[in-house]
Amino acid sequence: MNPRLPLTAFEVNGSSVALPVSPVRRLSSVLRDDLHLTGVKVGCDAGDCGACTVLVDGEPVCACLMPVASANGTRITTIEGLGNGRLSALQASFLEHGAAQCGICTPALLVAASALLERNAEPDEAEVQDALGGILCRCTGYRKIITAVMAASRKHPATEIDFRLPEAGCAIGASPVRLDGIAKVTGDEKYGADSFPEDALAVLAVRSPNYHAKFSIGDIDAWKKMNPGIVAVFTAADIPGINRFGVIPPFADQPALAEREVRFRGEAVAVIAGERDAIANLDLASFPLSWIELPHVLQPGQACAEGAQLVHESRAGNILTKGFVEQGDPEAALSSAAIIVSGEIETSYVEHAYIEPEGGYAYLDGETLVIVACTQAPYMDRDDTAKVLALAPENVRIVPTATGGGFGSKLDVSLQPLIGLVALKTGRPAAMAYSRNESMMSTTKRHPAFMKASIGTDANGRVCGMVFDGDFNTGAYASWGPTVANRVPVHASGPYATPNYRATGRAIHTNGPISGAFRGFGVPQAAIMQETIYDELATKLGKDRLDFRLQNCLREGNFTGTGQKMDASVGIADCLEALKPHWSRALADATAFNARNETVKRGVGIASCWYGCGNTSLPNPSTIKVAISQDGHVVLHQGAVDIGQGSNTVITQICADALGLPLGMFRLKSADTAISPDAGKTSASRQTFVTGKAAEKAGRALRDQILRFANVSTNATLALDGKMVVVREGEAVRRIDLDGLAANAEGYVFEATESYDPPTTPLDAKGQGKPYAVYGYGAQIAELEVDLKLGTVKLVKITAAHDVGRAINPVMVEGQIEGGIAQGIGMALMEEYIPGRTENLHDYLIPTIGDVPPIESILVEVPDSEGPFGAKGLGEHVLIPTAPAILNAIRHATGVLVTKVPATPSRILAAIRADKASR
Amino acid sequence: MIRYAKPTTVAEALSLLGEDSWRILAGGTDFYPAQGTKPLRENILDINGLAELRGIAETDSNWTIGARTSWAQVASAPLPACFDALRQAAREVGSRQIQNVATVAGNLCNASPAADGVPALLILDADVELSSTQGARHLPLGEFILGNRRTALQPGEMVTAIRIPKSAAVGQSAFHKLGARRYLVISIAMAAVRLVIIDGMVSDAAVAVGACAATAKRLHGVETAVIGRKAEQSIADAIISAQIEELTPIDDVRGTAGYRQDAAREIVARAALAIVDESLDKAAA
Repeated sequence: MNPRLPLTAFEVNGSSVALPVSPVRRLSSVLRDDLHLTGVKVGCDAGDCGACTVLVDGEPVCACLMPVASANGTRITTIEGLGNGRLSALQASFLEHGAAQCGICTPALLVAASALLERNAEPDEAEVQDALGGILCRCTGYRKIITAVMAASRKHPATEIDFRLPEAGCAIGASPVRLDGIAKVTGDEKYGADSFPEDALAVLAVRSPNYHAKFSIGDIDAWKKMNPGIVAVFTAADIPGINRFGVIPPFADQPALAEREVRFRGEAVAVIAGERDAIANLDLASFPLSWIELPHVLQPGQACAEGAQLVHESRAGNILTKGFVEQGDPEAALSSAAIIVSGEIETSYVEHAYIEPEGGYAYLDGETLVIVACTQAPYMDRDDTAKVLALAPENVRIVPTATGGGFGSKLDVSLQPLIGLVALKTGRPAAMAYSRNESMMSTTKRHPAFMKASIGTDANGRVCGMVFDGDFNTGAYASWGPTVANRVPVHASGPYATPNYRATGRAIHTNGPISGAFRGFGVPQAAIMQETIYDELATKLGKDRLDFRLQNCLREGNFTGTGQKMDASVGIADCLEALKPHWSRALADATAFNARNETVKRGVGIASCWYGCGNTSLPNPSTIKVAISQDGHVVLHQGAVDIGQGSNTVITQICADALGLPLGMFRLKSADTAISPDAGKTSASRQTFVTGKAAEKAGRALRDQILRFANVSTNATLALDGKMVVVREGEAVRRIDLDGLAANAEGYVFEATESYDPPTTPLDAKGQGKPYAVYGYGAQIAELEVDLKLGTVKLVKITAAHDVGRAINPVMVEGQIEGGIAQGIGMALMEEYIPGRTENLHDYLIPTIGDVPPIESILVEVPDSEGPFGAKGLGEHVLIPTAPAILNAIRHATGVLVTKVPATPSRILAAIRADKASR
Repeated sequence: MIRYAKPTTVAEALSLLGEDSWRILAGGTDFYPAQGTKPLRENILDINGLAELRGIAETDSNWTIGARTSWAQVASAPLPACFDALRQAAREVGSRQIQNVATVAGNLCNASPAADGVPALLILDADVELSSTQGARHLPLGEFILGNRRTALQPGEMVTAIRIPKSAAVGQSAFHKLGARRYLVISIAMAAVRLVIIDGMVSDAAVAVGACAATAKRLHGVETAVIGRKAEQSIADAIISAQIEELTPIDDVRGTAGYRQDAAREIVARAALAIVDESLDKAAA
C-alpha cells in the first residue's frame, strides 16, 4: 500500500474500509492481499473461471476484472460475509448435499447462489444453472451443487445442520458430512496461495516461449540494479543439488531450472525474487535473456521417424519406455475368428484445469526448509525437493495446504524446488502463485494417444483375441510416462475375458507439454479404443450391445491378460446387470424420440471400465498412526492428502469402525511430513484401499492394545467419556483414567502405527504377473441427442453403475462418480489442449454447470477380499466409461464413429458428411 | 501506469483524450484479460465515472444506447421486439458476472470477430457515435469495426453511444449462438436475424453472422432471398439455398472453415424460423 495514493472507500461484509491503493488494481487483489479476504479465489485473472465472484451492491461480478476504483462507494459481499456468525441455510445445504469437494470454487458458487436466492427464493434447475453458469467446478460435476441450491430455499435459515455423525461401529456405509467441510463453505480454508507471510519475497519464474531452444542469460547484476526491489535472480547454476527431478526416480530427467537448453514451451529458465510490489510491477521484457530457436517435434509420428532429432540424447528413437502384455496367440486367434473389427482412435492433450493454480511458500525453520503448498504427494515432494536442493530429506518439511483440485498433476513437484531455492539462498520466506497461463503451460497433461486395435470373436460372440498398439505422446520429460506405458497394456482389454491378447504401449518424447498422471493414467484413452470396437462387434454379431458385454465380461475363475486369476471380488457382471433395466428404457426412449424427430437424433451408448488400485507391480505402502490422547480424543494422523475426494472423512470412517469408537471423537492431524507418517500419494485410486487398509489395521491394533490393557476379550466395546476410556464386556465395565496414565511427547496414552502394502508381483517379460491386488469395476450408459445439421451434442442422462466393493461413504462415492463423469464429458466433447493456442480457460473449455446432465448412480457392492471392509478404489474408474459411452451413443444416433476426441461439433458434422459421401 | 484519470463528465474525458494518449478502461472484462500479468505502463482513462454514458434512451429518430450501458442492462431493458436478438445476445456475452459490468461499446471496441453483440446490432443498422473535442461523428457499425481487433477509432476519440435508427427498429428479431458448451463460451459462430412480417409476408429482412470472417457480416444474398417470401417454414429452404459471399471463415480451435460455412447458414435459418414460428403462433392466437 502506498500512502500517497488516493483512498478508495467501500463497505465490505458490513464494515467500512478506506484504502490507499492504486485505482486500477484488480479488486480481487485488494480483497485478498490487503484485506486478507482469501475466500475470494483467483483461478484465472480473466473472468473465465468465476472463482473470484463477489457481490457488488448485490450483483455478482468477477473481482479479478474490476478496478478497485469501481468499488468506491459500493457495498461488497464476499464469502466471509455470507454466514453472519453462523452458517447460512445455503452453506448448510452445500455441506449436507456434498456440494463442495476440493472447495476452491465453493465460495464463488455460494456468493452467486445467494444473490440468486435473494431475488428468487425458489429457483428451478434452469435458473440455478443460468445463475452459476460462469463459475467452473472441476470436482463435483455440478449436480450436487444444483441440488444444494434448490434445497436451500426449502431450508429454514435457523435449522441446525445435520452432520449425520454415526454411532460407534456404524461409520462404514454412513454418509457423514465431510469432516473438513465447514472451512470450505465459510471461506476459511487455506489453499496454496492463501496464507503467504507478509514479509515473503514474491517469486516469479522466467519461462520459455519456445518449444525447443538454446538460451543464454546476460548481465543479471546490471539488470537487478535497474529494477529496485528485485532481491535475487537464480538460474540452474545456483541449484546446489542434482538438477533432475521426476516422480519415478530411475527416469528423473527434469531440471528445476533449465540448463542452456529448453525442451518445451513453458520450461523455467530462471527465478526472480523481489518485494511484492517490485515483482507486481516488473516487466519481464527487459530481462537479459536471448534465445536461439531449435527445430522441434510435437507429434509422436515425427518424433519416431527415422533420423528424428532426439529430445533426450540418451533415449533412442525418442522412446521413453514401452509396456507389453502378451498371453496366448493373438494372431492365430484373430485369423480364426468369425468376426474381426479393427479401428484407430486418436485423443488429445487434456489439461487438469483444477481451479487452483499451484501456490505456496517456503521458509527456513532453523536447518529445516519448510514448504507450505498445495500437493497430492507430500513425501515425494520432500524427496524431490531435497535432492534438487542438496538437503537431507529430513531437513525438508512439506506442509500441505488444502489443495484446490489435483487430478494427477499435483503429484509432480512444480514450484516447490523454486521457492525452496529462493528461501534457502536468501534466508527469507519466498512465495509464489502460478498464473493460469503458467499453470497450463508448465504442468503436466493427459497423454494424447494414437491407438489401433483389432478384436475378434467366435461365431457365438465370444471374444477370442485382441491386439492393441498405443503410442502415447509423453512430451518433453518423463513424469508418469512409464506408468502410462505400463498400465495401459494391462487394462486395454477392458474388463473382459480375452484369452489371446497382446497389448503394447509406448511413451514417446516430443517437445510438447509434459504428459503425466491424469485420472486413469492412459486407461481412459485405451477404453475408448476397446469399447468402440465392442460396439461394432456387437452390431456385426446382431447382438444387443449390453448383452455382448455381459457375455464376455470377467467372472470368477477367469484370467486377465496378465494371467491373474479373478476371485469372487470381480463385479463387472453385477454392474452390467444393474444397468439392464435402464438400458432397455433408454433404447425404447430413443426409438420413440427418433420416430418423431428428423434433425435431432437420440442415441444410447454403453461402456465399461476396470482399473487396478495402487501402483502397477510396485510397492506403494501407506502408514497410519492413530492414538488416544490424554485429553480423551482419538487422534488420527491422516497422511492421505485430501484433494477434495474425501480421504479425510473416508479414512477416518474406516479407522473408527476398526477401532470401535464413534467418528465424532476423532481429531485429524494433517499430512504434514513432520507430523504424519507417509500414507503415499493421492493417486492411482489407492487411498481408500491402501491407506484405508492401513487405517483399518491401525484402528484394530489400537483397539487390541486397549483391550489387552483392560484385560478383556475382543468382544468388549469401547467408549470415550471425557478423559475416561470405558470398556464394557457383558455386565463388566472397566474405566481407564487417561489422566492416570503416562503420555508420550505427543500427549498420547495409547498409540498404534500400522502399514499396508498391496500384495502384487512383478510382471515378467511377457507382462504376466499380478500387477494389482484390487480392481474396481463399472459401466455407464450415456443418452444424448445429436443435431445432425450442426453436429452439436446435448446430453440427456448418464446412468452409472460402479462396483466399489463397499461404499464407505455413499454420498462421497456419488460425488466421485458425478465428478469423474463431468471430466469424461469434457474429454469426449470439448477438451483439447493445444500448446501455444489454448493456454487459458476460454480457449480451453471444460464443462460448465449447463453441460452435465442428470446422473443416476447405482452403487454395486461386491466385496473385495483384500480391501478394507471389502472396499475397492473408484476415483479414476468413474471417468473411464464416460467418453466411450458418449462416442458409442453418438454412433447410435448418427451411424458414425468419431475417431478423434474431443468430438467437437466440427468433427461430428465432418464424420456425418463423410459417411453420407461414402454411401 | 503513468497517468490515471477518472473524469465525471464526457467533456472532461474528451479534453483529457485530446491532450495525451490514453488507454480507456470501462467494464474491464477485456482490459484485464488482455493485460494478464504484465504491469500497466500506459495512461489510463477510467470512464466508469461517466454516468451520462449509461442507459438506453429513445428519441424521435433513434434509440440510443450509451457507451457504458452494461449487457445486463440491455438484457433487462423494456425494448421492442426488434431488439430481441440483442437482448438474447446480451445473455450470452460471457457470464452473468461479465454481463453485469461489460459494456456494449467495449464489445465493439474490442473488435473480436466473435463478439456476440455485433451481429445483433448490425441487423438494427446501428451506428457508432465517436466523440472528441472536435465534436461527434457517426459511423455505421460495419465501417467502425475494420478487422480483427481493429476499429476506426482515431486518437483523441472515444465511443460515446450506439444509435439505432427508428427506421430499422421494426419487426422481430432472434439470435442463435453456436458454442461447444452451454455457458461462458466463445462462439464458433452466431447469427442474428430481423424480419419485418406484414400480412404473413416478409417485407424486410436483416441478417448478420459473426465469427465467420474477420468481422461480423451482413448477408445481403440471404436478405434478398427471404424478402417477399411467405413467413412460413419454407423460409429455411430459401436461406439454405441463398447465395452467401460475405463469409471468409478460418480454421481454428473452435471449428473448421468448412464447418462454419455450413453452420452459419443453418443457424441463420434457425433464427429466422424462431421468428416465423413466433409470428405464426401470434397469428393463430
